[in-house]
Amino acid sequence: MSADSLSNAFLSVVRRDLLLAYRHRAELINPLAFFVMVVTMFPLAVGADVELLRRIAPGVIWVAALLASLLSMDAIFRSDFEDGSLELMVMTPHPLSVLVLAKVTAHWLLSGLPLLLVSPLLAVMFDIESDVISVLLITLLLGTPVLSLIGAIAVALTVGLRKGGVLLAILVLPLYVPVLIFASGAVDAAASGLPVSGQLYMMSAMLFLAITLTPWPTAAALKMSLS
Amino acid sequence: MSDFLHMGGYAFYVWTSYGIAFVVMLIGVIKPLLVHKQQLRGLKLKRQRGQR
Amino acid sequence: MIMRFLHKFSSPPYFYSISGRLLPWLTLLFLALLAYGLYGGLVTAPADYQQGDSFRIIYVHVPAAWMSMFIYVVMAVSGAIGLIWRIKLAEIVSISSAPIGASFTLLALITGSLWGKPMWGTWWVWDARLTSELILLFLYLGVIGLYSAIEDNRTASRAVAILALVGVVNIPIIHYSVEWWSSLHQGPTVTKFAKPSIHIDMLIPLLVMAGAFKVYYAIALLLRCRNELVQREQGSRWLGEILENK
Repeated sequence: MSADSLSNAFLSVVRRDLLLAYRHRAELINPLAFFVMVVTMFPLAVGADVELLRRIAPGVIWVAALLASLLSMDAIFRSDFEDGSLELMVMTPHPLSVLVLAKVTAHWLLSGLPLLLVSPLLAVMFDIESDVISVLLITLLLGTPVLSLIGAIAVALTVGLRKGGVLLAILVLPLYVPVLIFASGAVDAAASGLPVSGQLYMMSAMLFLAITLTPWPTAAALKMSLS
Repeated sequence: MSDFLHMGGYAFYVWTSYGIAFVVMLIGVIKPLLVHKQQLRGLKLKRQRGQR
Repeated sequence: MIMRFLHKFSSPPYFYSISGRLLPWLTLLFLALLAYGLYGGLVTAPADYQQGDSFRIIYVHVPAAWMSMFIYVVMAVSGAIGLIWRIKLAEIVSISSAPIGASFTLLALITGSLWGKPMWGTWWVWDARLTSELILLFLYLGVIGLYSAIEDNRTASRAVAILALVGVVNIPIIHYSVEWWSSLHQGPTVTKFAKPSIHIDMLIPLLVMAGAFKVYYAIALLLRCRNELVQREQGSRWLGEILENK
């Protein structure tokens, strides 16, 4: 099989998923609204002290992004599993891991990227300085794809179950810990004027590791769920 | 002896730790043993019913 | 040669009978190690010059913490063996390890907190080791939850094996990131807890207790594996023969 047809398969899966999402575009808003609302709850819970809020903002935004990504995660294979198109994907001559990567890419474009676009707004509401906001954006850019890639494994494991919701969270959240630590650590460091390149290199390493390694367990888990 | 039980003033912490460890490890053995007994009894009943 | 032995050992009837014969000896070995370790740890080891007698919690805390990590690796490796060579027994070992590992993790957390209270003055400190132990507990809970959620035993075993393998690749990353995180946020209060150069009279009971815990794991594992085996092989002939002879 040529590399050409492989990249064709990749692109056509991405295009198909984007098109499907476009037909149900109202649903795309939900995780985004959830993200903004969770962040809004924090000032209401801990008080409107600007100093305190600025101090906890990176952690708050990152935890909210984590939860929002978790919430939208289940949809990545669910509808394809139910209407049988997942089974067809397994039967194509293309390696399933590549198709999985395509599906995760599409999912990130639809759920991760929007978070990236609204987070500056939230950061301004927490009175974060503009150069710290750019670091926040870079961590989200590097981190949210990792969340989608890792989450896909757990979704593939639970997609055959009727009640996968809470279980999915239990499986996935411990695996999200390193991303959370380095991302909020980087933003924290930037806020206190420290260099952040170490954390960012670490996060890019995790991203590349996740891109190369996670499609295999995801594909294996999908085959298992279908059998 | 009472010196030993007293544990230099840390009796509560030391003995609670050992006690909890003892209980947890005991349960970890007793429970599978009970389950095993139950399984064998159930299977025996099933076989007897099958033979009749 | 090794593969042949493994194949023989992993046949259910053979495993069932040999584990039944092994268990009394293992129990004996466990009790002997436990008696020696407890005597050494609670009686002959000198009290720590800083921590007094409270340091004796080490003899349950540290072996439990070691076991919690060791068992996760065993679970992942046997899960992988089950996944690759489709050996039933490996699947069973993998899933039977999970509850034992979780209980050791819980034990390490509880005893750690009981040790922390007199030493740090609080029940819980967000220190690197405690935090990563807590995350390890979450990983175990995920494995157990996933196994019980999937109806079919063999599918569930494969799912658990995949999850355990993903976990085992992640554990070092989680561990080092938590370590880095706590070095950022930690005050100097815990230096009292920093690595002590341990006296030989303190060390030997610790190693003996670690051995005792390993043997305990073998016992609990065999018991659980036998149950799982009986559960899965209900209708088989060899099981019927065993029932007949009882």
